[in-house]
Amino acid sequence: MQQQPTLEVREITKRFPGVLANDHISFTLMQGEIHAFLGENGAGKSTLMNILYGLYAPDEGEILINGQPVTIRNSADAIARGIGMVHQEFALVDTLTVAENIMLGTEITSGPLVDERRANERIAQLSQEYGLQVPPDALVQDLPVGVQQRVEILKALYRNAEMLILDEPTAVLTPQEAEDLFRVMRSLVERGKSIIFISHKLKEVLRIADRITVLRRGKVVGSANPRESTEQTLASMMVGRDVVLTVDKDAAQPGQAVLEVRDLVVLDDRHQVAVDGVSLDVRAGEVLGIAGVQGNGQTELVEAINGLRPVINGMVCIVGQNTSTAAPRAINELGVAYIPEDRKGTGLVLAYPIADNLVLSTYYRSPFAKGMRILANTIEEQARKLVKEFDIRTPSIWTSAGALSGGNQQKIIVAREFSRQIKLLVASQPTRGIDVGSIEFIHRSIIEQRDEGVAVLLVSAELDEVLALSDRIAVMYKGRILAVLPRAEASRDRLGLLMAGITEEPTHGRPA
Amino acid sequence: MQNTISQPQLQAGANVPRGVSRARIVGIIGVVVAALLISAVVLRVDATKFSTLNIPQPGAPPNQPLARIPLPTVATVIVLQGLLGLVGLYIALRQRMQWITLYVSTMIGLAFFTILLWAVAGSSVDLVDVLARVVRLATPITLGALAGLICERSGVVNIAIEGTMLFGACIGFIVAMVSGSTTLGVLAAMLTGSLVSALHAVLSVNFKVDQIISGTVINLLAVGVTGYLRGSFIIGYEQRNGADITAQALPVLRIPGLSQIPVLGPIFFSHQPITYIMLILVFAINLLLFRTVWGLRTRAIGEHPKAADTVGIQVNRMRFWNVVASGLISGLAGAWFSLESTFRFDDVMTNGRGFIALAAMIFGKWTPLGAFGGALLFSSADALQIKIQGFNFGLPRQFLQMLPYLVTLVVLAGIIGRARPPAAVGQPYEKG
Repeated sequence: MQQQPTLEVREITKRFPGVLANDHISFTLMQGEIHAFLGENGAGKSTLMNILYGLYAPDEGEILINGQPVTIRNSADAIARGIGMVHQEFALVDTLTVAENIMLGTEITSGPLVDERRANERIAQLSQEYGLQVPPDALVQDLPVGVQQRVEILKALYRNAEMLILDEPTAVLTPQEAEDLFRVMRSLVERGKSIIFISHKLKEVLRIADRITVLRRGKVVGSANPRESTEQTLASMMVGRDVVLTVDKDAAQPGQAVLEVRDLVVLDDRHQVAVDGVSLDVRAGEVLGIAGVQGNGQTELVEAINGLRPVINGMVCIVGQNTSTAAPRAINELGVAYIPEDRKGTGLVLAYPIADNLVLSTYYRSPFAKGMRILANTIEEQARKLVKEFDIRTPSIWTSAGALSGGNQQKIIVAREFSRQIKLLVASQPTRGIDVGSIEFIHRSIIEQRDEGVAVLLVSAELDEVLALSDRIAVMYKGRILAVLPRAEASRDRLGLLMAGITEEPTHGRPA
Repeated sequence: MQNTISQPQLQAGANVPRGVSRARIVGIIGVVVAALLISAVVLRVDATKFSTLNIPQPGAPPNQPLARIPLPTVATVIVLQGLLGLVGLYIALRQRMQWITLYVSTMIGLAFFTILLWAVAGSSVDLVDVLARVVRLATPITLGALAGLICERSGVVNIAIEGTMLFGACIGFIVAMVSGSTTLGVLAAMLTGSLVSALHAVLSVNFKVDQIISGTVINLLAVGVTGYLRGSFIIGYEQRNGADITAQALPVLRIPGLSQIPVLGPIFFSHQPITYIMLILVFAINLLLFRTVWGLRTRAIGEHPKAADTVGIQVNRMRFWNVVASGLISGLAGAWFSLESTFRFDDVMTNGRGFIALAAMIFGKWTPLGAFGGALLFSSADALQIKIQGFNFGLPRQFLQMLPYLVTLVVLAGIIGRARPPAAVGQPYEKG
């Protein structure tokens, strides 16, 4: 007799206004397996998981746990039925301790008081059992992301989760931290837990999963056995056509330095040093990639270069001019294009129509304005042209930017920035959270700009992206550049160690 | 090759410690304050004069004090303020960030002490009486700050403390006056406070009205409604029934034994009931907030309501009841004005103490003990101002009355450093 699945999902359907997010999805999860879900953004993975975790109610279909049909109305229900979820954005309270976070909502008490000693014992026992070391008394805000993630997993285990849903768990980790996570995942399934692992990183899925289900546009388009699949077959299944995974490009023809940064010191929002004496050069016709785990000063570096954050010490030169104290518009007018990491907050005005978003950096001058007057016709013309040229999929140029998918939103920014003459492109996380088709398009556009002699500074937390596009790679760790390597010398392993702050020799502060 | 990079203006990679300028500014302010006070005292006070501090013996008549400490006014001020200035100089030069809060508190405290010495030069003052007064006057400020932090820790801004107090003071007084029972009045004040707060909770938690607007509306409403009640009812009732009103202000309760301890007895154990309740609440709420399930959940919903929601905590329900509970405390603070410090109700008699309470809450970084400390700082300004009005003193009375507000302003202007409020404060929580 066949083993009964721990979790079975039958014909789940979920409609949102205008979108069929989940279209008759069925799958099973067996005890002790890692079941990976692959799919682009918008394929319906998150919707499906939110249904399992009780955050949405399905319109049709049923969920069976150990063969029994169940209704999951809210996350408390899901927890009671043994489902635990680690969201992409951690649900941790920064100012509380690890122990307080783990027990929140299910506190261990003695009389009226919280019993920290017994809570710590229980946590220590769980840590021991699954190899998840955490300091119970530390404040969450003081812990590295990898440890915070362990706290999230412990939170689920503390509530006796039998099934764990991990939503893009490696997005925020260094390659080494990801290895640790995989080890923990293995030890969990060995002890009889089951894991749903959501990812869009093909390599990882192939490495860790026992079974793979691929979603596209709300439907299950296939399942695969990792031993019989390759990145290429999975990618084609995910996108529905053949995909070019590598970016074809010729060797760079670097010219003069366009961006020169010397001994730059920048503070973050909490007035702590975030960029600590960074020096680097980016030359015309080359891509300098900055690799590093998020939050090591990349954001502040990029903002300082674009005049959005004060330079405390050192300086920034663009095309030979000191721009350390220049206003963002002055920097923009020197021919600097900027793709910000936060496209919804910084890159676009979501409530504005696409046409207006496409001229955000040029609306005030000819040909879009004459004196105090905005020339609506030129703006409209420009919008029609760019929407076509950059393949922005929208019902109309008057649709608000907020209504588009992430990939199309990002294309608006790229179209806007590339539609004028530029000398320097600063691209920060240019493809975060967008579909493979748009990623391909944006990568090609960046390389085209490079080939036309634009200097490109690329910041990305995706090591694959840095490796695919860069001619030289700088690794940033705790506000410093630990090393700058030519692409040929930059192996994944070497970069991975540097991203964790491990250097053979101190090499920071040297101009790149 | 045209390489027009000029040399960086500062040394490469120099480590910039955080908050450089703030340590400098605070240190320099300390030096300036010390210099000003020393020169003022040296210029205005005869160098041969003594300021005498009396420490009374509890229960004994005031002319038989426990101790009589004559201090040479000018010399004492020079020594104390000189030390303060030197420490300020050290902080400015060495940029000791971690000393700032302590230093600013000491600076303000010593400035008050100096003004006191100056005022009583050639005369004497009962120091213990001044300190007891500081504790007593801290009562409404501390209670208001506790009410504020219960709300803000759970994520709701409550600037309606002032208005809630005023409502409590007014209704509490009416009930006490009509019923003849001051205790009943205090309970009525608390009930009123919780009802007014429930209005704030409904508006800001359930209907997600902007919390500042909702608070402002309540404050304006309080001035109007209580003013009307006084004009149309209280004054008339007092005139008609003057002799029949039997209720009085809450009595002073001297705690047997403890109140006989020299110095500490009069300062902490010879007060009226609401002051005792305030002292107990400071420690009780500290315990509740940091050691109980309620406290843990309150802190969680004010920082990251979504995280709390995903583990099954009902964020909005909890916020609602926290705001209502804070109203009980604000109402009690209101009762202090009309039923403890005096037995009377005046128009706008809370006089901004509800707002100063919020300043004390921020000064104390949203902790009960810290808020009490902040309240003591502000109430010292109050106490000093009242105490030295009786002395023939160079400074005009109006200037002294400005002191509590001036101190609030200086403290809030940020020399203490920007305190970090609960992350989700002021944001209504919506599911999903």
